[in-house]
Amino acid sequence: MRIEIKFGGLGGQGIITAGYITAKAAAIYDGKESAFTQDYSAEARGGASTSEVIISDEKVTYPQVIKADYLVLMSQSAYRDYLDKLKEGGTLIIDEDLVKPDEKAENFKIYKIPATKFAEEIGNPIVANIIMLGFFTAITGVVSKDAMWKSIEERIPQRFLELNERAFLKGYEYGEKMKKM
Amino acid sequence: MKPGYYFWSGDIAAAEGAIAAGCRFYAGYPITPSSEIAERMALRLPQEGGKFIEMEDEIGSIAAIIGASWTGKKVMTATAGPGISLMNENIGLAAMTEVPIVVINAMRGAPSTGLPTLIGQGDLMQAKWGSHGSYEIISLYPDSVQETFDLMIDAFNYAEKYRVPVMFLIDAMLAHMYEKIYVPPDDEIVRIERKRPTTPPEETLIYKADDDLIPPMPRIGEGYKIHASGLTHNEKGYPELTPQAQERLVKRLNDKIRKHAEEIWKVEEYKTDDADIIVVAMGSESRSVRLAVDLARREGIKAGMLRLITIWPFPYKFIEKYNVPYIVAEINYGQIYHKVREYTRDVELLPKMGGEIHKPDEVLRAIRRAVQ
Repeated sequence: MRIEIKFGGLGGQGIITAGYITAKAAAIYDGKESAFTQDYSAEARGGASTSEVIISDEKVTYPQVIKADYLVLMSQSAYRDYLDKLKEGGTLIIDEDLVKPDEKAENFKIYKIPATKFAEEIGNPIVANIIMLGFFTAITGVVSKDAMWKSIEERIPQRFLELNERAFLKGYEYGEKMKKM
Repeated sequence: MKPGYYFWSGDIAAAEGAIAAGCRFYAGYPITPSSEIAERMALRLPQEGGKFIEMEDEIGSIAAIIGASWTGKKVMTATAGPGISLMNENIGLAAMTEVPIVVINAMRGAPSTGLPTLIGQGDLMQAKWGSHGSYEIISLYPDSVQETFDLMIDAFNYAEKYRVPVMFLIDAMLAHMYEKIYVPPDDEIVRIERKRPTTPPEETLIYKADDDLIPPMPRIGEGYKIHASGLTHNEKGYPELTPQAQERLVKRLNDKIRKHAEEIWKVEEYKTDDADIIVVAMGSESRSVRLAVDLARREGIKAGMLRLITIWPFPYKFIEKYNVPYIVAEINYGQIYHKVREYTRDVELLPKMGGEIHKPDEVLRAIRRAVQ
């Protein structure tokens, strides 16, 4: 089993953090193997940002995405740049206010969430990536809910945990709902 | 570090591996993709009773660790290709004066400043031939975060045992890639300490080698008269500028590594037993090759991989061992390819100029071509 996940968006959206949390959740808390790689432009905010996660039962060989099973996007430019990385029949997960898919995405399963809007409602747009992770966890099941939360817990400063827990659960519950539709 | 599982990058594993090996002094100048090693050492060394210095540049960095090594500490610096280019003068000095040091080169696209954040393997020859003159060093190159940690212990042990600079190679991909890693309990880590003189200072010639060709190394400040010169020197350490002294010294500096080469060699032979074609690979590149070998096997092609973990001294006996065609897959325009070619005629280069490793299907296509 080899599962390939690619996150894409802009610097400042927590795209690298999302990949790191996912890969660590799989490796440390679900007892699988994983590899996490990242690529970002020189700008701290606003430049292109992407991270890749490979999850496997065995030691990961090639550590980068060949054809992604899951593509998680939070910007239109990431959609433009990375859509062709998604394998046929793969799953596209997007922040629906930031990514407008076109006809090129017709053959993919698409799951949409207004993650950034939800984050603002919760109180801080910075947790949009954690909402995406909750959503991703519910939709894909490639990482267990417990593992993902533990990994978030370890990465996020104590004083922001409560905010992030609300974000994670919001995304997760929305994902459960969308999956049933 | 508490034993257990961690999720670390290659850079963090290199720093923690060094600390686990006993490194207690680090002097460096940050450069991508090695900067996180410095960052980790700055945080961790003080916690372990060690010292971290951010130096003014790479030349200062390597000079500082050579000096610190003479005080008896296990020492390290880390940089990338541009930094190694600056350090090479003193790497020669450390080889000539037999000072145990570990130098990490996190290889990125080159030449010059090249591709700071992206992989290259263009410094494989530089690792051996960077400084002027005929000398041997040891160079190791892991392919995973776990192996980075484990191999750092060997790197320090080799440096101490053979009194030689160890060039520890990683690459931009491995430096920044995160994987699960197991840190063993401290009492399971085997550490080798350098030999010290057993005779009092007045009876000791500090460059008189034992039968293993390695002289015991005194610590500065313990009463031994230490004259460490980059000039050709005698057993006392004093310059002796004659062909005879040169013959004795330079021959021994090389032989102390060459005669122990088999103890230093580490290679992984992956599915090579029955192979009809073998791909030679190193570092991150070997991860793509491993997958390509598996894919080729699924097609019925008996492919294997010879992964060089010890790059220098070059493990040539493993090349000689197999009478099959070779492909050398490396992220440069032909370096280790030429070493392999010394030991077999049937070898093809699969190059890439840098920025990424080969895609598994690129390697697979090369394997298919080679067996046709």
